[in-house]
Parts: sequence; structure tokens; C-alpha cells
Amino acid sequence: MTNAIEIRHLCKSFVTRRRTTRVLDDISLSVKAGELVTLVGASGCGKSTLLRIVAGLEVADSGAVLVGGRPIAGAGVDRAMVFQDYSLFPWLTVKQNVLFSRRLAANLHDNLALERGAEEERARKLIALVGLAAALDAYPSQLSGGMRQRVAIARALMSKPSIILMDEPFGALDAQTREVMQDLVLDVVAEEGTTILFVTHDVEEAVYLGSRVVLLSPHPGRIDTIYDVPLTRARSAAMRVEPEFVALKRSVMERVRETVGLSHDRSAVGA
Amino acid sequence: MPSPASSGRWTIRGAISRRQFALYAVLGVLSPLLVWTVLSQTGVVPAIFMPGPLDVVRRFWTWVVNEGFVGDLTISVQRVSLGFLASLTLALPLGLLAGTFKPAEAFLEPAMDFVRYMPAVAFVPLMMLWCGVGEPSKVAVIFIGTFFQMVLMFADDVRKVPMQQIEAAQTMGGTPREIVYKVIFPSAAPALLTTCRITLGWAWTYLVVAEMVAANSGLGYSVLKAQRFLQTDKIFAGLIVIGLLGLFQDQLLRGLHYVLFPYLRRQ
Ligand SMILES: Nc1ncnc2c1ncn2[C@@H]1O[C@H](COP(=O)(O)OP(=O)(O)O)[C@@H](O)[C@H]1O
Ligand SMILES: [Mg+2]
Repeated sequence: MTNAIEIRHLCKSFVTRRRTTRVLDDISLSVKAGELVTLVGASGCGKSTLLRIVAGLEVADSGAVLVGGRPIAGAGVDRAMVFQDYSLFPWLTVKQNVLFSRRLAANLHDNLALERGAEEERARKLIALVGLAAALDAYPSQLSGGMRQRVAIARALMSKPSIILMDEPFGALDAQTREVMQDLVLDVVAEEGTTILFVTHDVEEAVYLGSRVVLLSPHPGRIDTIYDVPLTRARSAAMRVEPEFVALKRSVMERVRETVGLSHDRSAVGA
Repeated sequence: MPSPASSGRWTIRGAISRRQFALYAVLGVLSPLLVWTVLSQTGVVPAIFMPGPLDVVRRFWTWVVNEGFVGDLTISVQRVSLGFLASLTLALPLGLLAGTFKPAEAFLEPAMDFVRYMPAVAFVPLMMLWCGVGEPSKVAVIFIGTFFQMVLMFADDVRKVPMQQIEAAQTMGGTPREIVYKVIFPSAAPALLTTCRITLGWAWTYLVVAEMVAANSGLGYSVLKAQRFLQTDKIFAGLIVIGLLGLFQDQLLRGLHYVLFPYLRRQ
């Protein structure tokens, strides 16, 4: 079976007026279909950049990203993205936001459009799935931060993407809401079978959600360690206090701290 | 010690009730009116410089009945509308382009930045030379006074559309064209309308200037002619009418904003 996402020897530098900074250095990673892989690492290590390259919002200098075995060319309906905030269309209601992709020509001829009433029905189903059935006609400004992210997830699912890319989607939420949203993501994966690449700076979130946790080290961003999470897919809140979970969380956190130290050493040598 | 958080109406950024707001607003309008009445009635300022409020109202009525006020009003409104609409029609697509595409920004903005610092009034002689003393020269002055600013302000409005909205649409397969029409324009629409409201105010200013310099009809012209004949009461009436028109049009556009963008209302 081909991998849902295959990242091969990806390199990326940003050129500013002053200098060229290598942000990603030889990143290779495969994600199986239906898998949820989380990406952690110190701030500025290139997590967002990697995700944006996979989304097609940014272009790599070298290397390739294959989705369903084929190299990507720019953004596409097969890869949806969920941002931290401000991505909903404030002039549209919840339902209109979720249905927005249907207004774009790229989605006119898929199997959803062929069936009568299928789009409307799917939008309702997704909104119910994220627990917002009562807020169909509300505007984003009337919703809490957590509810807005629920809409963003439903909207991303609408055109049945094979992959959803999430960039710290719960980073702006309070701790309680964040835990509820994490379970929602797991429900979505179970229900829709979508492959998810999930960036977070919250190690607990990464361990709770991911079947694997990928740790990037900074300056330049390299894959430092890939942790297999030895937990069943059916996660529950109780799991957060299990010794295995806590132990893994602690070792990832320690390693993140070490990678930051490493980069300082390296730059000190270079200077 | 009084607690600073609860010192009532004069708390920093504190709230007051609608009634209190209305009270202060009425006071704000009435007090200059009162000062005016006192100054004119007591004769401190001679009537030739400052006629009383009643004189002005009476003079306004004469203007309406005998001196073609409605004609002056109509022609002025027409000039402003033409100049403003011409400006809007051209500035909107250019502003959208300049705020969306870097090459368009580079092509348009430095040049327009330069032109906008030339006072529109200074173009009056040139416009008279090119367009004669007829209607086109007034419309042209209004156009020049608003167009360049409008393009720059529209472009700024467009640049404030959150990148996340645009990128979300890109990952849904949106083409650049679709994103401009279905994301950038609706997202920027409230700010664009506010820009219209502000520039429409300027359009009135330029109209009055143009009418004073080169016209034989309109509100601005009437005010200037009144000065020539020392009809101070008519000058007052003209100024007040122009002010009220501005206020009216401002409220109209605020109302439009409210109706068009229900999602911005505070719940
Ligand atoms: N468009 C850009 N231009 C220049 N530098 C950038 C750009 N985007 C990101 N960077 C730099 O690349 C590095 C990685 O950024 P990012 O991928 O956002 O990190 P992370 O998401 O892990 O915090 C940072 O040092 C950031 O300053
Ligand atoms: Mg980031």
C-alpha cells in the first residue's frame, strides 16, 4: 500500500535581505493512510514551514512531497488545512463556512456534487459530528474560540480530503477546551478515516493524539527522533495519567529541551 | 480614597447609558447655539458679521422660496455623485489589485503617493483649461481629490484581510480569481465601505472649493456670492446646510454598513 504522504529529502531556506537561513534540512517522513502523526519541536524549528510545504502553500528548495504516490503541485483539494485562528470567513454563517468549498470550481465535479442534496446533507452531518448542530446559522463572531475551531475542522472535512494538516489548531484555547477538542480530532479520524499531520508545541497533546510523534530539532530543522506511541488508538482522559504515557511525555519533553541546547552549542561554535 | 474603578461617568473608557449619551450630545449641540444667540442678540458682535439664528432660518426660507435653493442643492449633489462614483468605479478594481498583487502595488502606489500630495485645489486652473467652466471641471476636481487617496486606502483595506482566510481558500482549491472575488472582496467589504464614507466627506469639501472658484451655480457658489453682497445670514445658512448634508450622508452610509454587515453587530 502506498503511503498517504511521503516526504523525501526536503530542504528549505528563507532568504532575507541580510542572510539565508536554512529552515528545513533533509526531511524525510512517511505517513500511512489513516494515520495521525504529530510534529513537535522548539519554537522556530520549522514545523509550520514543513506543514505549509505539504499543503502547497510554500515551495521547497529541493526534495519532494508525494501524496497518494504522486508529487504535489501547489495547494489542492486533497489536502485541507486547519490554522490556529482567524481562518473562518466572518461574513458567512457556520453552515455557509462549511459549504464554502462548494462555491469553488475545483469542487464542482466531485462525487458530492453529482448527488442531489448530498452537499447540504454532508455539511449538516459534519457540523453535527463536531457538535455544533445547534449553531448552524450563527456567525463566527458569535462563537467561542473552541467552537470556531470545530467549524474549521468541519469545513476542512467537507470536500473529503485524504489529508488534513493542522498547525497548532488548539494553541489559542484554554486547557479544558483543548482536551475536548483533542478527543474530537480522534473521533473525526475514526469516523472519516482522514490522514492527519498535526503540529503542536504541546508535548502532551502530541503524545495523546499521535500514533507517532516526530521531534524536529532546530537550526536547521531536522528530524531528531520519531517516537512510536505504545498506546491503543482508543484514547481516553484516564490515559493521560498512565505511567507509560507520562514516561513517554517526559522523555519527549526532555529531548525537546536538549535539542534547543544543541542548537545553541552549534551556533556558538559557528560564531 | 475614592475607588478609581467606580467613579461613575468620568471613568476612563467607562460606559454610560444611552440616555446620558443623548443628554451630553444635546448639550454639545445646544451650547454653541446658545453662545451664538447670546453674542448676536446682545449686539456684542454686529449683525453684519453674525446674524442671529432666527435671521438665518428666515434667510434660508427666502433662499428656498425665491433664490432657487433646490436647484443649488441638486446641482451640487449631482456633481459630488458623479465625481465620487467615477472615482469609486476606477479606484475599487485598482485598490483590489494593488492590495492583492505585489507588481500592481509597485506599479501603482509610489506614483499615486506622489500625486496625492498635490492639493486637488491646485488642479482647478488646469481643469478649467482642459474642461472649460462647465460641469466636467468640477467633477474632475472631485475626482482628483478622492481618486488617488481612495486607491491607496482600498489597497490598505485589502491588505488587512487575514492571510489565513486566503490560504484556507487556497487549500480548498480556490483559484486566484475566485479568491479575489469570494474571499478578499467580501472580507474587506466593511473596511472598503468605511473608506467610501470617509472619502465622500472629502468629496464635499472639494466640491465646495471647486464651486467657489469656478461655478455659477451650486451651494458653494451661493455662499461665495452671498459674501460678495455681504449677506452674512445666507453664508451662515449655506454653511449649516453643507454641514447637515455631510452629517446626513455620513449617517446614511453608517446605516448601510449596519444593514450590509449584520455579522459585525454586537450581540
Ligand atoms: N516567510 C518567511 N520568511 C523568512 N523567514 C521565515 C518565513 N517563514 C518562517 N521563517 C523562519 O523560519 C523559521 C521556522 O519557522 P516556522 O516554520 O514558523 O517554525 P515553527 O512553526 O516550528 O515555530 C523561523 O526562524 C522563522 O523565522
Ligand atoms: Mg508554527
